[in-house]
Amino acid sequence: MNLSGLGLVGAQLPGAIPAQRVPVSSGQLLAACRLGWEQGSRLVALWISDDRDRARGFCLHIALHDQEGVTLLEYTIPDASSAYPDISTIFPAANRMQRAAFDLVGVASESDDQRPWLWLASWPIDKFPLQRDFVASPKWEPGEETYAFVKVEGDGVHEIPVGPVHAGIIEPGHFRFQVVGEKVLRLEERLGYVHKGIEKRFESLRIGEAHRLAGRVSGDSTVAYAWAYAQAVEAIADAAVPPRAAWLRALALERERIANHLGDLGYLGNDGGFAFGLAQFSRLKEDVLRLNLAAFGHRMMMDYVVPGGVASSLAAAYAAQIREQCPALEREIRILRDIYDEHAGLQDRFRTCGRAPPDLAQQLGLTGLCGRASGQEFDLRCDFPLPPYDVIAPRKMTQTDGDVAARVTVRFDELLESLRLCSALIDGLSDGEVNAPVPEPPPYRLGLGFIEGWRGPVFIALETGPDGTIRRCHPHDPSWSNWPVLEHAVIGNIVPDFPLINKSFNLTYSGHDL
Amino acid sequence: MLTILRQIAVTGIKTEAMPAPADENIVVARLQEEVLRTLGRALTIRQVDAGSCNGCELEIHALANPYYNIEGAGIRFVASPRHADMLLVTGPVSKHMAIALRRTYDATPDPKLVVAVGDCGCMGGIFGESYASLGRVANVIPVDVAIPGCPPTPTALLQGILAAITAHTPPKAEPESSSRTE
Repeated sequence: MNLSGLGLVGAQLPGAIPAQRVPVSSGQLLAACRLGWEQGSRLVALWISDDRDRARGFCLHIALHDQEGVTLLEYTIPDASSAYPDISTIFPAANRMQRAAFDLVGVASESDDQRPWLWLASWPIDKFPLQRDFVASPKWEPGEETYAFVKVEGDGVHEIPVGPVHAGIIEPGHFRFQVVGEKVLRLEERLGYVHKGIEKRFESLRIGEAHRLAGRVSGDSTVAYAWAYAQAVEAIADAAVPPRAAWLRALALERERIANHLGDLGYLGNDGGFAFGLAQFSRLKEDVLRLNLAAFGHRMMMDYVVPGGVASSLAAAYAAQIREQCPALEREIRILRDIYDEHAGLQDRFRTCGRAPPDLAQQLGLTGLCGRASGQEFDLRCDFPLPPYDVIAPRKMTQTDGDVAARVTVRFDELLESLRLCSALIDGLSDGEVNAPVPEPPPYRLGLGFIEGWRGPVFIALETGPDGTIRRCHPHDPSWSNWPVLEHAVIGNIVPDFPLINKSFNLTYSGHDL
Repeated sequence: MLTILRQIAVTGIKTEAMPAPADENIVVARLQEEVLRTLGRALTIRQVDAGSCNGCELEIHALANPYYNIEGAGIRFVASPRHADMLLVTGPVSKHMAIALRRTYDATPDPKLVVAVGDCGCMGGIFGESYASLGRVANVIPVDVAIPGCPPTPTALLQGILAAITAHTPPKAEPESSSRTE
């Protein structure tokens, strides 16, 4: 992103991904965001850190990215009573991020929407967990809040509240439907139920151990988060990763993608009334997880990616099994894909259901897999190919229909592509070390991690404190950008199609609520 | 249709034998003969995510795949606590979910069983207790069986669930105290 028109000069941030850090004044903040929007930048994350102990007030960080890399705008707010300009007029997804930032740090934007987002009355509303002088009291009891949902009025309109405890085995969150008959006029999400203080918890861990917490921000993306965290640490410590470790990380990341896509395709079939699909795909997923356990020591490969490399090497026998599994899975997936494609009942449920057309997706910043199904052609593996992706050259899979069918198609395409990548990774895997020592990162440095997980780009901003401590860590899931789009995609559909549409997005609650 | 039938035939039956119950997981001697007689092995489970990272949920999902085939053993996941004999709860219990979890527990008819799942559900896990987390499930509702693991494998989950419904004289054990992180 080129900000020279505003007279702004960025400082390059060290690390694997091209990133610049640009301090902006109050007059430049909105102008820089607007210029970014005009140049095609997308909002990655927005967070605030409390730097009053270093006599710098609070710092608002806005991470944007485009085809050139990440631009981090940094705006200093002198004290908690000063509000900063509302970014959501340019990037709509900023609305919830700004509200969450207030709930945790206590600095508000100038937006009209000042409803809480992550706060659900479990701690006093005037206490802010990420302020440095915050002290929790054991006396605080969970309470109940009254949230101002937007209501639709009119003849025959009624409201369906759902959650936080849902009917299936899924994470908790609240959905408020305004419907006429079966037709959804409006959906409003209320999240925050699984907020468990992850950002605060990071600050009590050491840099060398917090990859375990990063790997538990959202369990289904454990490899992506752990890798993004490791990337941030390695950027600050200027540590190199042995080539074999980078290849094994990619192997783990692609197998995470394969496992999740297999699971989703099964459940999408099931939610479309086709239980056969669930039985078949869940069997294939189990085959992948069992081989993960043997080869990586954990079914989901938790704690496999560590700063400096990976936790263990890959035995030749398991490499051979993974290599053999690729064509075997591909054969079965092609059979199942033909069955899905030719199943009239299933296609009738999938097509035109839950549409997010490309112009809406672009406007709202739909990202990751869902974005690619709506014509948003971004994939970090292709746009910023780090080793080994520069060698194995993944292909970007996109669709433009933006409906459930498009999200199913992208999953099938990415699944087959990931199997090809896994074969290439095993074929090109070099010998050597899988872990290099990471020197202790210097204090008060910022490092970024940015990894294309199966759901989309996973972002981590890590700031070090003295003596190997973490001063601030902000993990950011692509779901922040995609949850608001789900509200739009549901409009005009019937209530019974909501589970199918929701599943086709498959967004994280834990990774969002933190 | 023929391809579907062919695929079913080629796949064959993948279901494996049920593992033995893991009686050592029983943490509270609350299980009564009467409860077990009432519930038998036709068990209905309501799963509650009270704050997990969703890793445990993925493994609970795996119980329904053809290998573990939990429904084949007469155990079914239901959509309402009012239909459930057992609550399968993952944690740590976020403060925001505490009220919903208690209400779910109250809505489950007696006699009922509670199984805490995962290191977080059993001990608070890596998240521990904080301004936002109440830690283990037993801090909020009574727990009969705890299944540790991060996440527990489907086999460990099955062993724990079976322990809850087949145990006759469970050993008395005090739950471990969880660690405070803040």
